[in-house]
Amino acid sequence: MSARMHFSDNPKLDPVVGASLTRIGYGLGVAGLLVSLGLGFGVEGNQKQFYFSWLTAFLWMVTLTAGALFFVVLHHLVRANWSTALRRTAENIAANMPLMALLFVPVLIGSSDLFHWSHADVVAADPSLQYKSGYLNMPFFIGRAVVFLILWIAIAFFYRKHSLAQDESGDVGLTFKMRRFAPVATLVWAMSLTFAMFDWSMSLDPHWFSTIYGVINFAGSMMACYAALALASLWLTKNGALTRTYTVDNFHDVGKLMWGFTIFWTYTSFSQYFLIWYGNIPEETIWFVVRQSNGWMALFLTLVLGHFIFPFWFLMSRHMKRGRKTLGIGAVWLLLMHYCDHYVMVMPNLHHHLHFHILDVTCLVAIGGLSVGAWAQRTAKVNLVPIKDPQLDASMSYDNAV
Amino acid sequence: MAEQRIWGLVAQFDNASTLLHGAQALQGAGYRRYEVWSPFPVHGMDQAMDLPRSKVPWLVLVGGLTGMCGALLLQWWSGAVEYPIMIGGKPAFSFEAATPVTFELAVLLSAFGAVFGMFGLNRLPNPRHPLDTVPMFRGVTDDKFFISIEVRDAKFDVDRSTALLESLGGRHVTVVEA
Repeated sequence: MSARMHFSDNPKLDPVVGASLTRIGYGLGVAGLLVSLGLGFGVEGNQKQFYFSWLTAFLWMVTLTAGALFFVVLHHLVRANWSTALRRTAENIAANMPLMALLFVPVLIGSSDLFHWSHADVVAADPSLQYKSGYLNMPFFIGRAVVFLILWIAIAFFYRKHSLAQDESGDVGLTFKMRRFAPVATLVWAMSLTFAMFDWSMSLDPHWFSTIYGVINFAGSMMACYAALALASLWLTKNGALTRTYTVDNFHDVGKLMWGFTIFWTYTSFSQYFLIWYGNIPEETIWFVVRQSNGWMALFLTLVLGHFIFPFWFLMSRHMKRGRKTLGIGAVWLLLMHYCDHYVMVMPNLHHHLHFHILDVTCLVAIGGLSVGAWAQRTAKVNLVPIKDPQLDASMSYDNAV
Repeated sequence: MAEQRIWGLVAQFDNASTLLHGAQALQGAGYRRYEVWSPFPVHGMDQAMDLPRSKVPWLVLVGGLTGMCGALLLQWWSGAVEYPIMIGGKPAFSFEAATPVTFELAVLLSAFGAVFGMFGLNRLPNPRHPLDTVPMFRGVTDDKFFISIEVRDAKFDVDRSTALLESLGGRHVTVVEA
């Protein structure tokens, strides 16, 4: 507290622990993938259900990964001190971007099942879609997706590479280099995430539009990223790593941001709902009418209660954010709600009535497992914190006032 | 001056570290009505003085809930009870239309709870404090550190308290008039 701390922990994860989580992650991921493919394309296959379930789980994980990417960029953008000890974990999550590109392939393959604007005959009979066809056409859609994913991979790679290089050389110049690039990376990230969400999620209902859609997804991504960072840090310290580096104040601050972004998600989601409610124009209200009828209202209210009201009160007190167990419960719950959020955005385009399918679970296990496995494999190989970052000591020695 | 009334004692300390140790020692010796003065926040001082948690969060919560309930009541009563007007086919009272005002008033009164709660708990504004009469105390806004002990402390005794402050590194121990 009063004395300045210096990094003296073992910066590596116990290899046995790392290998074990890698095995569990990949094991679950591959099993989930095989079962999903069997259920989707087997004898009694349900291909369309597979693509929608896959897309929901993919959006859940890709937004989380993109959130971690922005956490790293934001750290450099504002010259943050406190987040230095958490940055390597975020860099390791963001480095899942190539995997995300791979997981996007089924979405491309299934695009004709997912995006009904991709059918020429549908567009020919629909003046509105003809008007939008300059943007909503397959070649441009694929081109944009490729550009977004390449940009994200490039930013993730750039920051991780320089951060790891600093572990070796201790060169302070690398910090300045990463900072200089941060404003550009922020702009690129914000634009690409917005349009990626327009493309992959909003265009499922191509008649409907909402300009705040990207902001809602930004809020959701950041919340999911902080929840993932909280869980990853709790897991690392539980396995004996960085127990002297991650202070209770680090957890407290991650908890505060996670909590703050649930409120920001609510703020943006309500803004969307409110303007549409006030305007009361059928082509806009239809999106909510669909999601408030035929059983979907249950899930819609689950979001209101579970994504806002419950976490708002549950995580409000500092004791809940500083308690390892309560922070962990909050983080797991919010990751579940983040999935629920994407479910409400995507699934009503497939099912008129609320209808869960086993593929929802298997696709979630497949994508979640593969992502956790890849993260654990990467985490086991490198230092768990940027050991020669000039700001590391500061991130270990602050405290939140009483 | 018929009778000299004493407010307490004040001593100057050299740096934040001796200030911190001084506070720890006073706390350990059973003093309760003492105060430390520093030009900047000293990390660890809360623990050294064994301060309880701030009550400001509760005032913020009360402010926020008051704002929320007040805003809902105001909009419901004025819009649906006292003077209902049909606007755009919307219901006279609906939670959608009421949310922005409710949110803003909750935030406003939370902020009032934080700011004025902090003022109240610190007994501010305080235009005249006995320590203002001690010339050396002016340095507290620049580079000097002080500990004061009030006369109403049960352990207060001019001679013994002075000796204690001096033994802790306090200099220029001065009796402060009320």
